[in-house]
Amino acid sequence: MTPGTASRIGWASVTPALLWTLAFFALPFLAMAIVSVYPKGGAGFSLANYGQFFTNPSYWRAMTNSIEVTAIVTVISVLLAYPFAWILAFVVPRRWQRLALMLAVLPFWTSYVVRSYAWLLVLAEKGVINTSLLELGAITEPLQLANTRTATVIGFVHFFVMLLTLTIYANLKQLSPNYRKAAADLGATPLQSFAHVILPLTLPGIMVGAFLTFVLAIGDYITPQILGGNNELLMPQLIMMQIGRRGDFSSASALSIILMVVVTLAYFACARWLRIERA
Amino acid sequence: MRTMIASVYAMALYGFIFLPVAMLVLFSFQGTLFPIPPFNGPSLRWYEAVLNDARLTSGLMNSILVAVTTSALATVLGFLSAWGFARFHLPGSALLRGLITLPLTVSYLIIGMGLLILFNWLGLPKSLIAAGIGHVVINLPLCFAIIYSQMGDHQANVERAARDLGASEIKVLLLITAPMLWPALFASFFLSMTFSWDEFVIAFLLTRFDTTLPVEIWNLLRAGLNPKTNAVGALVFGVSVMLAIIFELVALRRRNS
Repeated sequence: MTPGTASRIGWASVTPALLWTLAFFALPFLAMAIVSVYPKGGAGFSLANYGQFFTNPSYWRAMTNSIEVTAIVTVISVLLAYPFAWILAFVVPRRWQRLALMLAVLPFWTSYVVRSYAWLLVLAEKGVINTSLLELGAITEPLQLANTRTATVIGFVHFFVMLLTLTIYANLKQLSPNYRKAAADLGATPLQSFAHVILPLTLPGIMVGAFLTFVLAIGDYITPQILGGNNELLMPQLIMMQIGRRGDFSSASALSIILMVVVTLAYFACARWLRIERA
Repeated sequence: MRTMIASVYAMALYGFIFLPVAMLVLFSFQGTLFPIPPFNGPSLRWYEAVLNDARLTSGLMNSILVAVTTSALATVLGFLSAWGFARFHLPGSALLRGLITLPLTVSYLIIGMGLLILFNWLGLPKSLIAAGIGHVVINLPLCFAIIYSQMGDHQANVERAARDLGASEIKVLLLITAPMLWPALFASFFLSMTFSWDEFVIAFLLTRFDTTLPVEIWNLLRAGLNPKTNAVGALVFGVSVMLAIIFELVALRRRNS
């Protein structure tokens, strides 16, 4: 095979995937960028849609809501998942670990839409929690749980605890047991060994998981729409509202691009942080 | 004592993780009109209602069709490109690989909306094909990343040997590379299937009358809490768990063999 043929075969094999990505990912993105600077019903080029984001308090509010909810979800999920992954990795007997882990992430396989609906069954006015509490006499009026930020957070945490348990478990299992043994030999208590040895070693993995949580949660429409309702809008809900109710693709595109910028900033914040950790 | 605390904590988390799914399945057997306590069943009337609902059954067929075809396409495209980048020195390779994996970082909502705008411009109507195109966009980077990571040098040597013995490139690809990489190909196809099977936003934006199961389930949600939604949700969960178990068994067999 001559170098010329080799490179022709190489290009031929990568071209279909590249073309697909260009045509159905890059081009749509370009279309979105163009649409975003020609506001609906406007005379021509204008950055009004971007300006609106900073001047219209309800748009700004959607972004701060999104960031708050996502940050809360990420922190709670990591705090719940870490000890759980630890137990699965070090307390559960070896032969049961695989089964225990598989059980822990089984509901992960429920359809995303169905999972949020299932939480509605639990949190609704006449749902399981309210009925049980009323019968126990702990409350006299049903609690408003569905259609609140709390419901959105619970739905998200449920999903991401499973995801993070998986990633943190994999992380913990990769550590050589010698680290813990060495720390113990040198006189560290289990708590010291955890704080000074295990935690720093697993931190990069946690950051990756946390970043994944942040990215997936901030772009999700389903959970806030089903569980949070329309009392308080998050960015994806605001974007869908622009498309659905108003047919305003221009404004929806601008908001999407702003959301992507925020995610990219988060990525760079995490990437730099991670690199420092590894050095 | 420590084991005690650990057990209690683990049980609490298992409880949290399984609570909604347990309620979903339990109240899918509800005998009355609302999936709320008290439970008065078991009854199969809502499963019957699901199977007699033409919209849900056609949504189910559409979902299977879209999942299988888009996963096959994404796996083939991912395989070809992974092979090309791993075996040939192409200028700008790192940049192009970055381009192929870029959609992984973008929310499905934004990918779906971009396609909607593009198809509007081109005058293409909403359809299952449009949604399928979107599903390939989200799954191709995944397939590429999985297969590319498994392209090792030992396989390159076997490929070279086959070429020296006179095999054409197509033969090398189909008879040598693909069989050696089958676990990665299987994992790619399988993961794509589960993502496509579950995907909602892209299908919601890009289909109209003929649509996928998650969109049909979404439409059911407008009726509020309804045991029929429980029944179809429990069925979908059952299918997914079955797929997970098959995947686990295949993965286990591979490790033991």
